[in-house]
Amino acid sequence: MSEPRKAVALISGGLDSMLAARIVQEQGVHVEGINFFTGFCVEGHTHAIRKRDRGRPKRNNALWVAEQLGIKLHIVDVVEPYKDVVLNPRHGYGANLNPCLDCKIFMVSKALEWMRDHGFDFIVTGEVVGQRPMSQRRDTMPVVARESGAEDLLLRPLCAKNLPPTRPEREGWVDRDRLYAISGRSRKVQQELARRFGITDYAQPAGGCCFLTDANYSAKLRDLWAHRPGRRYELDDLMLLKVGRHLRPRPHFKLIVSREEGETRFLEGYRKRFAHVRTVSHPGPLTLIEGEGLSEEDLALAARITARYSQGRGAPGVEVEAALPGQAPRRFTVTPLSPEAIPRAWYL
Amino acid sequence: MSGRREELDLRGLLCPLPVIRVQDRVAGLAPGDEVIAVCSDPGALNDIPAWCKINGHFVLWKGERGGDYVVHLRVGAA
Repeated sequence: MSEPRKAVALISGGLDSMLAARIVQEQGVHVEGINFFTGFCVEGHTHAIRKRDRGRPKRNNALWVAEQLGIKLHIVDVVEPYKDVVLNPRHGYGANLNPCLDCKIFMVSKALEWMRDHGFDFIVTGEVVGQRPMSQRRDTMPVVARESGAEDLLLRPLCAKNLPPTRPEREGWVDRDRLYAISGRSRKVQQELARRFGITDYAQPAGGCCFLTDANYSAKLRDLWAHRPGRRYELDDLMLLKVGRHLRPRPHFKLIVSREEGETRFLEGYRKRFAHVRTVSHPGPLTLIEGEGLSEEDLALAARITARYSQGRGAPGVEVEAALPGQAPRRFTVTPLSPEAIPRAWYL
Repeated sequence: MSGRREELDLRGLLCPLPVIRVQDRVAGLAPGDEVIAVCSDPGALNDIPAWCKINGHFVLWKGERGGDYVVHLRVGAA
C-alpha cells in the first residue's frame, strides 16, 4: 500500500482553515498544520497582560484547532521577514494598515518552503472566493497562487469547485467531487459543514486575528512611524502598542500610561529601557516615556499626566518618582493635570 | 534515554512565543530528554501542554512556582 499524500494546512485558529484541513483529512491525506507568528496576532497578549482578563483562560486557537483535528501544528516565528510585508506591501493596504493580499502571498510562500523542506505534497488553505475584500476575491486568489510560487499545489477545499482544478485534484490525490463550491461572505455553509463534522466550538471570525485591521492600532503604528527617523518597528513596539493609554503631548515624546495592575506589571519589564514616572504618594499607574532629548519640563509634564490617572487626581499634590534611562530615580511633587487640560489631540 | 534536562527562561515572553521557543529547543533534543519551561504568561499553562499533546511529548508537571508558570515536559519519540 502506498504512503498517503501529505498536505500542510495553514491553520489560523478560525473555522474556515479548520474545515479545510478536515475535508482533506477525510480523504485519507496526512495533514499537518502550520501557523505563522507575525507579532500582530496579539489578541491573546492583551488577555495575558490585563489582570481583569485573567479569570478567563485564554487558549491559543490554532493549537486548539490542531488538537481537535488530531494533527501536528508547527508555529513559525516570522516576525523579521514579515516586516517587509508590512512596510512595503506591493499590493497596498486595506482600510487600515492591513496588507492582506501581500500577507497571504507571504504565508503561502512560507508554507511552500516548509512543504519542500519536509517532503510534503501540497498546501491547503481555508480561503473562500469573495469572502474578503482584498485577499479572497476571484481576481486576487490566482495572484496568491502565482506570486507565492505555489501555483497549482495550492488547494482551497472550501471553494475548489469555483476554481480550476489543482494538481492534487488532477492527479487524484484528492477527489474534487468531495470538495466544495462556497463563495461569498455568508457563513451558513461553513456552519452547516461544522455541524456535519461535529464541530460545535470554534473561534468566531472577526477580520482574523490581525491587529493591522484595527483602526486604533493602525493609528498608533502610523504615529510611531511618523515620529521615528524611518518607518521601522521591533516586536517590543508591537507589544507596547497594545498596552495602556497612549498620549503624545509633544512631537518628540509620547507616554504609555498603564490602566491597571496587569499592565503596570507588564510595563515594569520595560522600565529600565525608558524614561518613566510612577506615583509614590498615591496608588497610580506606571508611565513609560518614549522619546529622545527629554527636558526637565517634559518630565514634569509626564509626571502631571501620570498623577492625573492616579488615585491622587483630586489632591493638590502627588509625589512621583521619575527617572531618565540609566539614571537614578528621583522624587518630586506635582499638581495633577485636570482632565480638561489634556487635549483630545494628545490621545492616540 | 539520554536523561538530559534543560531549563528555559521564557519570562517576559507572551504566548505563542514560549511555545515557539519550546518547540525550537525540543527539535534539537532526543526522546527522553526533559525541558522545564519557566514562563510569566499564564497562557503557557494551556498552550505548552496543548502543543505537547499534538506533537507527542509528555507533560510531567505544570503549575505555579514562585510567581512563575512552569511546564516540565519530556520529549517524546514523535
